[in-house]
Amino acid sequence: MGRHVNAIDLKNLDIAYGDTKVVFDVNLSIPEGESFALVGESGSGKSTILRAIAGLAPDWTGSISVMGEARSHHVDRKVSRQVQMVFQDPYGSLHPRKTIDAALSEPLAIHGIGNRGERVEAMLSAVGLDQRFRFRFPHQLSGGQRQRVAIARALMLEPKVMLLDEPTSALDVSVQAEILNLLKRLRREQGLTFLLVTHNLPVVSFLCDRLAVMQQGRIVEIADVAQLKSGDLREPYSRELLAATETGTGASALAHQTIKEPPVE
Amino acid sequence: MAPPLLTVENLRVSFPTHAGRVEVVKGISFTLGRERLGIVGESGSGKSMTGRSILKLIRKPGEVTADRLEFDGIDILGQSEKQMRAIRGARISMVMQDPKFSLNPVMTVGEQIAEALVTHQKLPRRDVQARIIEMLRAVRINDPERVVGLFPHEVSGGMGQRIMIAMMLIPEPELLIADEPTSALDVSVQAQVLDIIDELVRNKGMGLILISHDLNLVSRYCDRILVMNAGRVVEECAAGQLENARHPYTKGLLAAMPVLNETRDELPVLDRTQWAGT
Repeated sequence: MGRHVNAIDLKNLDIAYGDTKVVFDVNLSIPEGESFALVGESGSGKSTILRAIAGLAPDWTGSISVMGEARSHHVDRKVSRQVQMVFQDPYGSLHPRKTIDAALSEPLAIHGIGNRGERVEAMLSAVGLDQRFRFRFPHQLSGGQRQRVAIARALMLEPKVMLLDEPTSALDVSVQAEILNLLKRLRREQGLTFLLVTHNLPVVSFLCDRLAVMQQGRIVEIADVAQLKSGDLREPYSRELLAATETGTGASALAHQTIKEPPVE
Repeated sequence: MAPPLLTVENLRVSFPTHAGRVEVVKGISFTLGRERLGIVGESGSGKSMTGRSILKLIRKPGEVTADRLEFDGIDILGQSEKQMRAIRGARISMVMQDPKFSLNPVMTVGEQIAEALVTHQKLPRRDVQARIIEMLRAVRINDPERVVGLFPHEVSGGMGQRIMIAMMLIPEPELLIADEPTSALDVSVQAQVLDIIDELVRNKGMGLILISHDLNLVSRYCDRILVMNAGRVVEECAAGQLENARHPYTKGLLAAMPVLNETRDELPVLDRTQWAGT
């Protein structure tokens, strides 16, 4: 890449929701253009990290910088030009009473960008949606089409970094393949940096360069995707995750652990 | 050979819409012995409707017809609601997708499991309590004495689903229908829940219908697989033979899944116009 600006830099990052601390001392540098995955089971804090970067979990200490600029704790328009997020559930993340056109124009209006009609049209074709979808409502679209709209909305401000929170886990297998192909193509065409949260290791293998394994709010291991592919992860917990994926869906390796779950307080 | 536990012939389920009746299950047939059968398909393929119609859970205006729908010699479609109540739970039971919505939020775990049991069997109270504790142990819940007193919001998702399974299995049914039993759960917990179902089904010699959209999962936990698309069974095969699937839809589904050691630059995508029935 030549330039040595990191797309995302997290230093000593602790994140809390109210009195409960959920992420502990995370240090992470993601160079521009890289596709990086956070994996781990639910409750391990991986989505919380994305939310903190996007500004949705403001209760953090440490430092977050995006494209070399430190993020404040408040809504930060400069940061949102650089970073946009795609959520897991395309059924919940689109406003049910706004047309696709309205959803895609809104970020442009907020940031005072003109030429909206053309930009919306161009973006629809970039994510592979026909122009006839432009004035439809979300309920008239299938799950895969909605996720395309959510991706289009994230790309409207031409960000450099995309935060993807389980972008395909609410979708069917064949639709998942379409969305993964789309993400891969967009990243290549627009030189995007991805920070992807998933529990699906094959998706990481397809889409990412590096990954971090998280457990109980901490990063336990950072590895190359090549290591993932060859099964060469160091930490016992990472190996468990890997074994769980290899034997079908997550199988005996984890099942033989003793089940110890504290009740929700 | 013993007669099959369940025989389904030409099962059809339809719903009225503005544009006339729409069939969501279009004439499927299969038999089930004391074995594990998997039904796989994408959303809208009719797999859940198939599971529900076996328990006669499809309400008006939905309509179920079949040439034969027999469970252990009983004609399901000919049963009254009252007769069905003696079958549901006691002889055929169903584990639903999401424990958050299928447990009663204002009853303790123990009360709910007890209800499932005493509806079908008259037992002294002390025995009921002992059976509940034993069942919770069987689904690998540590410290069941404490858990019986908890409310559903006080337990985690995985634990909730295990409680559901305990509830469904305590009357000792002969057939268990599990409709996406693990979709709402974490990967690591999924395996635990499925292993528990698997172990109990094997030990008790029950029949199992596992409904899921996940081909890998079904091929791991079942003996036989039906692949459904747009209301029809497009492929039936033994679980181990999935790689040799012949139907283009099954092949497409298999190819569309990324693998752990992924080398393809682009994933093949299904051309869904080809199979779209309507």
